[in-house]
Amino acid sequence: MHEMAMAQSLVDAISEEARKHGRPIRAKMSCGVLNTVNDDVLSFAFETLAQGTPCEGMQLQIEHKLLQATCKACGCVFAVDWSGVRCPDCGADDFELLPDAPLLLEQIEFEGVDDGEGEHRQEDPGRQ
Amino acid sequence: MAKVNIGRKILDANEKCAMKNSELLAQHHNRCFNMISSPGSGKTTLLVRTISDLAGAVKIGVIEGDIQTDIDAQRIRATKAPAIQIITEGACHLSAAQVNGALRKLPLDNLEMIFIENVGNLVCPSSFELGEDGKIVVLSVAEGDDKPAKYPGIFAKSKALLVNKIDLLTGGALIDFDLERVRADARRLNKRIEIFPVSAKTGEGMSAWYDWIQGQLAKS
Repeated sequence: MHEMAMAQSLVDAISEEARKHGRPIRAKMSCGVLNTVNDDVLSFAFETLAQGTPCEGMQLQIEHKLLQATCKACGCVFAVDWSGVRCPDCGADDFELLPDAPLLLEQIEFEGVDDGEGEHRQEDPGRQ
Repeated sequence: MAKVNIGRKILDANEKCAMKNSELLAQHHNRCFNMISSPGSGKTTLLVRTISDLAGAVKIGVIEGDIQTDIDAQRIRATKAPAIQIITEGACHLSAAQVNGALRKLPLDNLEMIFIENVGNLVCPSSFELGEDGKIVVLSVAEGDDKPAKYPGIFAKSKALLVNKIDLLTGGALIDFDLERVRADARRLNKRIEIFPVSAKTGEGMSAWYDWIQGQLAKS
């Protein structure tokens, strides 16, 4: 249940941003392979810990980034498949793992007035 | 609706604290390794034997992490080495902040090597940096030779792998364990991982592990 600690950090970080930007609707995060994030467990932990905070009811999107490796024989960079790691180009099994993607809170969408920071998307006025 | 780019590491509070631990260890010229394994792999027995066999050669201190009890810290203290117990009360891994509190209770000026014995778990502890110089994964033969394939994260991240309880493989014990499979699977994930087949009970293989520890001290 390492996801519980991750969810708590997310709730803390988003709540802090919510003080500046208003009510958060959706957050995007990404993670690498070695952090072994299970989406269902993290989403459940987030939903639970969000109760009674500005994050309550918001949506969490989790993107998994591939772990990559460099082949020592031919130099090509390829995505690692744990079931049997071999260079897809030359077949060598001598490779070096590239740094795994960190756990990253990438973006938050807030409800309401924009305050001039970050990227903004104009909403269709006909849609609520 | 306003989209705001954040780009903040989710475990940044832990990582900042890990950095502080790393600085504290460097100030006191201590090397530090984070030992991770399933429950019952023999981490404490390994440490007890290591401390006793290296007495007079390497000054070792230990931070113990367990869900309950200070049984492990008591076992370490019986060797005369200082040990601080962290009781996590259910948490499945140690955090950098907990380790910081324990480091401050250890006599760092009188030590050279700190071992952190993490909570028994092959998954969760691997995500939390503690400020260590490296991770050491321990696997006992009774757990089976498929563990590097099933839990790749920790084997990919570790500097060393101790395959413990190899005494169980001799003398007609009924354990199917293919050490070569473990070597091949672990090296596939991590070319540089150092692998030490050992028995903390009989002492077999331990001298290579002690050489590695002393080699690590020379790097500080």
